[in-house]
Amino acid sequence: MNRIAGIINLDQEIDSMNELTYFRCMAAIPFGARYRMIDFTISNMINANIDSIAIFARKKYRSLLDHLEQGKAWDLDRQHGGLFILPPDWNDPTDISKGELQHFHNHIDFIHRVNADYIVVSGSQHICNIDLQAVLEEHIETKADVTVIYKHMKQLDSEHHYTKKLTVDENNRVVEIDYARENPHVYMNMYIMKKTALLKFIELSIEKGYTNLFKEAIKPNLSSLHVHAYQYKGAHAFIHSVESYYRNSMRLLDDNFYDCLFQTEAPIRTKLKNEAPATYSENAHVERSMVANGCHISGDVKNSVLFRSVKVGEGASIEDSIIMQRCEIAPDAVLKHVILDKECTISSGQVLIGTKENPFVVAKRQKL
Amino acid sequence: MKKKECVAMILAGGQGTRLQSLTYDIAKPAVYYGGKYRIIDFTLSNCTNSGMDTVGILTQYEPHVLNDYIGIGSAWDLDRNYGGVSLLPPYMQSKGGDWYKGTADAIYQNIKYLDNYQPEHVLILSGDHIYKMDYARMLEFHQSSQADVTISVIQVPMEEANRFGIMDTDEVGRIVDFEEKPSNPKNNLASMGVYIFRYDVLKKYLLADANNCQSSHDFGKDIIPTMLADGKQLMSYTFDGYWKDVGTIQSLWQANMDLLEDVSELNLHDYKWRVYSNNPSLPAQLIGSSAKVKNAMIGENCHIHGKVDHSVLFYGVDVAEDAVITDSIIMPNVSIGKGARIHRAIVMEGNVIAENSVIGDLLNDGEIEVYVGSNNKKDQKYVTMMK
Repeated sequence: MNRIAGIINLDQEIDSMNELTYFRCMAAIPFGARYRMIDFTISNMINANIDSIAIFARKKYRSLLDHLEQGKAWDLDRQHGGLFILPPDWNDPTDISKGELQHFHNHIDFIHRVNADYIVVSGSQHICNIDLQAVLEEHIETKADVTVIYKHMKQLDSEHHYTKKLTVDENNRVVEIDYARENPHVYMNMYIMKKTALLKFIELSIEKGYTNLFKEAIKPNLSSLHVHAYQYKGAHAFIHSVESYYRNSMRLLDDNFYDCLFQTEAPIRTKLKNEAPATYSENAHVERSMVANGCHISGDVKNSVLFRSVKVGEGASIEDSIIMQRCEIAPDAVLKHVILDKECTISSGQVLIGTKENPFVVAKRQKL
Repeated sequence: MKKKECVAMILAGGQGTRLQSLTYDIAKPAVYYGGKYRIIDFTLSNCTNSGMDTVGILTQYEPHVLNDYIGIGSAWDLDRNYGGVSLLPPYMQSKGGDWYKGTADAIYQNIKYLDNYQPEHVLILSGDHIYKMDYARMLEFHQSSQADVTISVIQVPMEEANRFGIMDTDEVGRIVDFEEKPSNPKNNLASMGVYIFRYDVLKKYLLADANNCQSSHDFGKDIIPTMLADGKQLMSYTFDGYWKDVGTIQSLWQANMDLLEDVSELNLHDYKWRVYSNNPSLPAQLIGSSAKVKNAMIGENCHIHGKVDHSVLFYGVDVAEDAVITDSIIMPNVSIGKGARIHRAIVMEGNVIAENSVIGDLLNDGEIEVYVGSNNKKDQKYVTMMK
């Protein structure tokens, strides 16, 4: 088997989710009743037997550190390799690198030392369950310099305006990378290449004063480089805004999407919290919802996602909402099209109503 | 190395014959309970929460599931550099080897393990009881009363006292008499099978007991009565709280149903006393639009489209439309077909229940039916654990 190492590069991700990203980066956004966005990327990597993963973090990474710990949840607490969380701490007086190349330059030891022939570089905003070994096989088979991963979208939504699009020829070779609105081939911000090739691209990018390796060292050279496009066909969601977060969270309530994203052979792992199973009391009424461990439900819940340890009082009504960990909804409160960040308390009789396009977002630990 | 103040020894080798098919191929402490746990989780979590960081687990009967489940103890934070969890099966010595012939013999055969830590006290526990107890407090009591052994007791209903080992105590809690399953019990203080011994005293009695060919090598039947006869200081420590010996199918079922009470005596949501377990990392449960769920406890990765009332469902259970589950326990990864009816039953792990089938007696609230299934159970069990 070929050895791959992973780099999760959060440097270029914009914290564009208002209250939800005031104090955390995108990668740390809770998603899918018990996960954080980054869990999907990490799990995809460990499912491909990647056992050395570096995370390039620049800002708001406190909650990310808290979540990842030593990587135990992903079996990344290893003697050698494992998880390397690499925040900016660069004091190299000879450093001339800029932008995301600062990470590559200052954390170059990770790449030099890691016991791998290939490196996959990924962001955290594309939620998916992808077989990266299959990507590598295709990469080797096509003898490409770089393989990039894309999803053919049946329908383009507003968030896809902000993703790069790939134009490919009949051999799936990439001929153009841009932001063309109508192009359904959404680049998933993941690429794989030989470790030696990556080192060369890094060196070149720093010499040239580039700020973005993919955009400046790969994208303009599609004629001289063999850039192959791998088509991912599984469940996919790109989270970029509160609206896309809300809409894609609701897709989890669909059995098919859920089954495609959460596969038993390729599980998505997250930090364990040792919560008891969810309990439903005599007056609970739950319909079409996703409910995590530790919840205690006595009221009505419909078309909603409940994270771990949410308490819903008697007579409370929650509809079309996302309720994060440890929120408490007192009896007779009414929530519709609402996103509650962690540990919010909603008092009895309170009514909060947002819209589908513009859900009512309540910041962490608020009491209403 | 630094001496350990107290080492815990969990007796987990019992077959639990009264649980019948539930323990056909696993030890009783490995039996499922409460939607995600195995019974031994409670004892192990008690150790963790009480600061007991050195725990020997004595295994004998069908140990594989238990071994795999416990691993190096990470789930209970018992993966330690010095101490932590040790699985202690019977072993060969230069003079030969033998099975564990009784609870006391099991500890006797592991005196070398205990000597290694030179503990002042040894905590003896059963791996098959469901309760939350702070052993650190009991240890404090044991030390301050300068007892040779302290036995944890619980008040049981007088009419049930003849099922337990009953302690007769004086006004300060000193044990003056002990009767194993007495026909005319003098009081209702039942032994919970939780003992703290001074190790030097315990070692002396274990060595003597091992040489006594008349002995059945049991703590309750042999060691404790002998110590009492010798006038040793035996103290009782009264425990007040939920405690269940889930020895029978009926009591295991009842203990699960206890969790569905509005205010369950066994609070599993207490962040100050978490119950840890080693579980597969699974996505949240999905409740469908035709589902009706009430009075229930539901585990992760369940897909519910039918009706669930007054039941405990472990992780990975699928309930199809129009299926109705009442007063039942469904163990992990069971798939229940459309229109199936399950009432007062325990459905074992990994079964596929066909459409419109009926399990349990729908008309009478009689004995609890255990549905083992005709599938090759062993294979399925391993599939689950691989996850």
